[in-house]
Amino acid sequence: MVRIDFLGPINKDSLHVDIQNLSELSEILKQDELVSSWLGNCAVAVNDMMISTKDFTLNDGDKVSLLPPVCGG
Amino acid sequence: MNNQLQLFEGDLPVEHIINSWYDEFRNSNYGAIITFVGVVRDENGIDGLSFDIYEPILNSWFDTWQKKANEKNALVLMAHSKGDVLNHKSSYIAAVCSPQRRVALELIDEFVEDFKKSAPIWKYDIIKGERVYARHRSTLIDGAGILS
Repeated sequence: MVRIDFLGPINKDSLHVDIQNLSELSEILKQDELVSSWLGNCAVAVNDMMISTKDFTLNDGDKVSLLPPVCGG
Repeated sequence: MNNQLQLFEGDLPVEHIINSWYDEFRNSNYGAIITFVGVVRDENGIDGLSFDIYEPILNSWFDTWQKKANEKNALVLMAHSKGDVLNHKSSYIAAVCSPQRRVALELIDEFVEDFKKSAPIWKYDIIKGERVYARHRSTLIDGAGILS
């Protein structure tokens, strides 16, 4: 299982999904009415490391975080 | 607590933070200590701002900056608020200590600008007691959109 965390203002509880890579996650989240509109704006981290490609293999126990646009200060 | 990156619930005790940094680092032979203090402005009918922080990635972002500063014999420091900060209080302090003025002036500029576009912090306006995501003032993190 892979845990998906939605950070900041997305305001959605974590998901646990059985997936092998970020492309599969993309297909699942595009079907989610709340999350789909965030996908174009969110950066992605796997186990707290920023990821730059959807072609990324996931392993059992991994944590994926979606990070919407930021504004500190 | 790591004195170089400090997070506080609510507004920052600015004098305490800056004085503690000054007391800690003035004897380290840094010729320049520059601080930037962000103050919440009263505008657009807000009562204040509110912040969410994702600490694991903030810590790694900060560590990367500390290594970059150390390569120039400098040091970066930062304090930020979590939760609510009312108008005319402070939510953010950044500082650079360096042996040389020019290094410190350049680093504080780069450090604050990269913070604004990369640090995993989300800002909300507080309007009539509600938190409203400041979406139009927010910046996409590099690499955003790979799942779309």
